[in-house]
Amino acid sequence: MKREEINMRLAYGEALVELGRTHPDVVVLSADVSNSDHSFMFEQAYPERFFNVGIAEPCLVDVAVGFACSGKVPLANTFSFLFATRALEMVRTHLCYGKANVKLMGAYSGLSDSFDGPTHHSITDLAIMRSLPNMTVVVPGDPVGLKKLLPLVVEWQGPVFFRLTRNEAPVLFDDRYEPRIGQAVTLRQGRHVTLIGMGMMLSRCLDTAETLAAEGIEARVIEMHTLKPLDVACVQKAATETGALVTVEEHSIVGGLGAAVAEVVTDSLPVPVKRVGIADRFTETGPYNDLLDNYGMSLDDIIAAARNAIAARDNSSR
Amino acid sequence: MHHYPESLTRELSAKAQQFRVQVLKMIYDSQSGHLGGAFSCAEIIACLYFQHLRVDPSRPDWPQRDRLLFSKGHACAMLYTALALRGFFPVDELMTFRKFRSRLQGHPEPGKTPGVEVAAGPLGHGIAVGVGMALAARMGADVKPSAQSAPSALASTSRVYVLLGDGEINAGVIWEGAMSAAKFRLGNLTAILDYNGIQQTGATADVMPTEPIADKWASFGWHVQEIHGHNVAEILTALDRADEVHARPSVIIARTTKGKGVSFMEYDNRWHGMAPTEAQYQQALRELEEGLA
Repeated sequence: MKREEINMRLAYGEALVELGRTHPDVVVLSADVSNSDHSFMFEQAYPERFFNVGIAEPCLVDVAVGFACSGKVPLANTFSFLFATRALEMVRTHLCYGKANVKLMGAYSGLSDSFDGPTHHSITDLAIMRSLPNMTVVVPGDPVGLKKLLPLVVEWQGPVFFRLTRNEAPVLFDDRYEPRIGQAVTLRQGRHVTLIGMGMMLSRCLDTAETLAAEGIEARVIEMHTLKPLDVACVQKAATETGALVTVEEHSIVGGLGAAVAEVVTDSLPVPVKRVGIADRFTETGPYNDLLDNYGMSLDDIIAAARNAIAARDNSSR
Repeated sequence: MHHYPESLTRELSAKAQQFRVQVLKMIYDSQSGHLGGAFSCAEIIACLYFQHLRVDPSRPDWPQRDRLLFSKGHACAMLYTALALRGFFPVDELMTFRKFRSRLQGHPEPGKTPGVEVAAGPLGHGIAVGVGMALAARMGADVKPSAQSAPSALASTSRVYVLLGDGEINAGVIWEGAMSAAKFRLGNLTAILDYNGIQQTGATADVMPTEPIADKWASFGWHVQEIHGHNVAEILTALDRADEVHARPSVIIARTTKGKGVSFMEYDNRWHGMAPTEAQYQQALRELEEGLA
């Protein structure tokens, strides 16, 4: 289905500028990629509250920690994979263990920095961030979601990893969309199978549901914009009512949304869970949509996963 | 520049030695902890907490306070001792160090121990975290006067001090932070380098040479002083001088002795993280108490 598209970086830059107006305690820090992630828009509006520490991600996080300890709300900006890998010890020690109120703005996540290649693809960030005690992980699903969620992230007490993306994104929501951190959003009702998606995978989930509907399969679609703390009740309800789950994420199938959902299900209500995402491997350079389609996240992959989940449920109950 | 009377410098020297005795008791009792690097910074910590820092033990979160980031977190038995004796928490609690259910964790944990500013232990964080605090202080985050503010608090913004180990500066993020501190012209940031020459597996000169140390910091844009790190008058004077430096960060390279005060611990890297036997404890205690007399 064709939808209007808006660039997510531009949406982020605009959201930052608005945040600067409404939240005087916010400071924005960058590791010299502000013209990539569009945090330069905040710099232009509020130069006295913008700090570029150079290409030094551990320092970026530690400087943010210092601001947080002194009552500011720092938003640290760099590429998602660098928070999750190079600066991870700082994140674990000060944000998670030390409870520093720092917000990590993880730009260019998933495969969205497609032409920069696998060194820049961020396909393990969710797994890493989710494993840390005290961390909150939020993934906006479209430009409206980004603008609605960013102030909530800033007002949330404690560290947050906010997973951003680089490219044009289909607009799914309008002004009536009112997300709350920790609460999943049901985008479409259905009783035969549940598709649980996040981020740029949501439009593909909705298109899958449309395709399945033509065959008489009613797929529920849930937006899990908060990976942690996970909306456990929502997952349990979907497991009870549909008995077949599919998770869809722009991430490795190891440790991310699929794992989080599977943990809930195996703990309480065992039903089939099929995980759509990147197999446990590195990717390659190429156009964004070609990468999504060829690394496990095509519409056909999601449709097949839904059918497999339904079949597994029906086989086990026979 | 202050002139410090001999009565004060004597008192602070005695305080430092008293800290060493306390730290020895804690680490012997828990049979775990780091003696060498705690003993080397005793005078520095005594000068900070009992003379130089503007802190209020009854209000550890007082926004206008000076901050000490105890970046060489493994030596925290010394930090805990100074905090308790300064009144941040009961002295009796010191003997719970490294024991189950204690507020005194193996390495500092903010929020758990009154007076601890930031987590430390994994080395290298102090400068960069201090940069964030110093920037926030300069922006006025900490200078909003309130009814509870001490009059002196209104006269100047809070300052940030960072205690570094010399092994610690092997870490790259130290130098990332050092560049940022110079870029942002942080005259309200002072680092004190406990330059005891020994790290976990040997001499710093062998493990990872850091000389010419003064030139390194100077080339990163820092104001540099070199002092004798067990001489209280030199420490106090250097701290004052650092406070007066404008528009650039300061480092005080304090030449110290690892294991200072106990003959068989001095200059010996094995005492970086080893607990004493009873015989070693008794001898160390005797030597430290002789130093007190």
